[in-house]
Amino acid sequence: MDFWFSEKHTKDVKLSIRVDKQVYSGKSDFQRIDVFDTPAFGRILVLDGYLMLTEKDEFIYHEMITHVPMAVHPNVKDVLVIGAGDGGVVRELTRYAEIERIDLVEIDEQVIEVSKQYLPFTAKGFADARVHVYIQDGLKFIRRKKDEYDLIIVDSTDPFGPGEGLFSREFYGNCFKALHDDGIMVNQHESPFYEQDALAMQRAHKRIIESFPFSRIYQAHIPTYPSGHWLFGFSTKKYHPLRDLNAERWNARKLSCKYYTTTLHRGAFYLPAYVEEMLEDVEKER
Amino acid sequence: MNLKAQQSAPIYEALERFGKMRVVPFDVPGHKRGRGNPELAKLLGDKCVSMDVNSMKPLDNLCHPVSVIRDAECLAADAFGAHRAFLMVGGTTSAVQSMVMSAVQAGEKIILPRNVHRSVMGALVLCGAIPVYVNPECDARLGIPLGMSLAQVEQTVKNTPEAKAILVNNPTYYGICSDLRAIVELAHRHNMLVLVDEAHGTHFYFGEDLPVSAMAAGADMAAVSMHKSGGSLTQSSLLLTGPNVNGDHVRQIINLTQTTSASYLLLSSLDISRRNLALRGKDAFADVVALADYAREEINDLGGWYAFSKELVNGDSVFDFDRTKLSVHTLDIGLAGIEVYDILRDEYDIQIEFGDLGNILAYLSIGDRRRDVERLVSSLSEIGRLYAKDRTGMMENEYIAPDVAVTPQRAFYAPKRSLPIEETAGCVCTEFVMCYPPGIPILAPGERITEKILEYIRYAKEKGCQLTGPENAKIERLNVMAE
Repeated sequence: MDFWFSEKHTKDVKLSIRVDKQVYSGKSDFQRIDVFDTPAFGRILVLDGYLMLTEKDEFIYHEMITHVPMAVHPNVKDVLVIGAGDGGVVRELTRYAEIERIDLVEIDEQVIEVSKQYLPFTAKGFADARVHVYIQDGLKFIRRKKDEYDLIIVDSTDPFGPGEGLFSREFYGNCFKALHDDGIMVNQHESPFYEQDALAMQRAHKRIIESFPFSRIYQAHIPTYPSGHWLFGFSTKKYHPLRDLNAERWNARKLSCKYYTTTLHRGAFYLPAYVEEMLEDVEKER
Repeated sequence: MNLKAQQSAPIYEALERFGKMRVVPFDVPGHKRGRGNPELAKLLGDKCVSMDVNSMKPLDNLCHPVSVIRDAECLAADAFGAHRAFLMVGGTTSAVQSMVMSAVQAGEKIILPRNVHRSVMGALVLCGAIPVYVNPECDARLGIPLGMSLAQVEQTVKNTPEAKAILVNNPTYYGICSDLRAIVELAHRHNMLVLVDEAHGTHFYFGEDLPVSAMAAGADMAAVSMHKSGGSLTQSSLLLTGPNVNGDHVRQIINLTQTTSASYLLLSSLDISRRNLALRGKDAFADVVALADYAREEINDLGGWYAFSKELVNGDSVFDFDRTKLSVHTLDIGLAGIEVYDILRDEYDIQIEFGDLGNILAYLSIGDRRRDVERLVSSLSEIGRLYAKDRTGMMENEYIAPDVAVTPQRAFYAPKRSLPIEETAGCVCTEFVMCYPPGIPILAPGERITEKILEYIRYAKEKGCQLTGPENAKIERLNVMAE
């Protein structure tokens, strides 16, 4: 039997992964949710036909979106996570003892339920008592928040479909408002390579720098995401992602990671020339 | 309404049948199913261009409908509770003009509020009827014109018993409704027809707990913008008539100005939309009302903004309120509505329906999603945070009572001269000046220009309103009657 999951990365490029079996398929109020077992990538989560995570490479994304800001900000107590219904971000955050509260806002309850049932490797973070789950539109939740968080992690889907509002100027502006004066926002920032993704990446950067005084992009290599080259945004009111990196302090924690190191942290902010240029084009428009 | 019959869509079905016949076209349109214009076919899609066909026996003819268009019109009449329904392809402007010209002719009087759409004034220029205005009351806080107060209409009817018709805007752009039933009763007692510009009220015919529709209130004619809340394609519309009106005469009036090459894209969109509204309109508009109520609650919770609703109802000039309309008062934020309108578009990629001096209107309809409403509310929250300022010096919308010197038709065709706008006070204007949207005239042909009007125009220009109408596109000069 020849059974493949294919995702179109552009209209002319696709990635196919051989499927062993389909373990879940359902439709929530917001999207179609599928879970497959695959020989190459283990269990994978697919929303509306787009690959969200694989058992094999999810560590890269979740480590990079969490440990980079945690190694910079000296005193994170209150964290807001938007999206991330699979639990991967929360799993990484709960490794830090000094964090007192983790609010997770996910629009689609069914994603959390499916993750708890079929993706225990990411969803195990939900068990932690510091985690408070809110089933709500992230835009709505954050409208009412002011000067409340040290760190906001935006783990959104792509800027079409239910995640669209999480790439808007009003969302980033509300995040700015919800952060303390030394707060940091980290967001999933799309890919610079294929044209449509690159446009979304530029647009997100434009929307962020309209609200935040300082924003830098860093990168990671994620094999199953379009082009494999993925970006994150680091936006801040005070701390610099490199100058304020406290490597000794982070290394003293002795957290074992498969991707993140404080050396890689520095390297991740050194971007390819064409990506620098794309970002400069956006910044020049300001 | 016969629900079983409403399940059919005769024009749509005829187009489907026609497509399968593979007829060789030696008639217009010349693009021949798109083959002659591949770029257009690429833009619109093959399906769309292949349906852009001419009137012919299997598809009927809008000028003289005898088969599928007639059937579609009968179904529309049944769905809307009208005696007759006419499919219109020249926008609701054409429906309004046909309605006015069916009711009054040169020298006859028509009673109407001054805040009518430009299409009504255009009809008066065309047919030579004389407007008799009922001053609309104005809400002091919001600065918006309200509905027609029954006492005011009664007074006007008493003063002008020879008038042939009363025209009512119902609902207004902002969602304000007049006491239609009482106005109809009053008019009929005086042998006057009631014409309703119901451009913003298609949903009244299908939703529950919405204000009364024109046909249900016993009005004689209504112009209904199916393309607004009804979901059909832009430019398609309906003209409805009651039992006191000679529909065959109305058809003749429509044929004076309507195209003889009616677009089947527009006609089929009317047909399909009517079917959809008849079968699913009740639930769909309940969702729209719920969404609008939710948005109002969230916006009012932000502070500074006022999204108004049924609390305005006063039993007279606000007899009822259309809760699908999401109008928000902006002056307490220190911004003119038009400024918020511009910021939403330029900074937040949100296009709303219009902004006037003190309010914005976001148009909610059967196509809206909750998550888009969240974006709108969040953007207003941000605009409040980033732009709010003291409101002193903000001008409010104000009703300026028109001084009608001559009929619109006479002024429009009179010998005229062009003057710099600031020198026109006291002269009789021969052209329209409109703030767009909402397209309600500040000046109409035949009205005397005053200092107050000029001040309003200056302020509207300064705040970025799009002013249209005069020959001089920059509105630096106006044409006035040579006296």
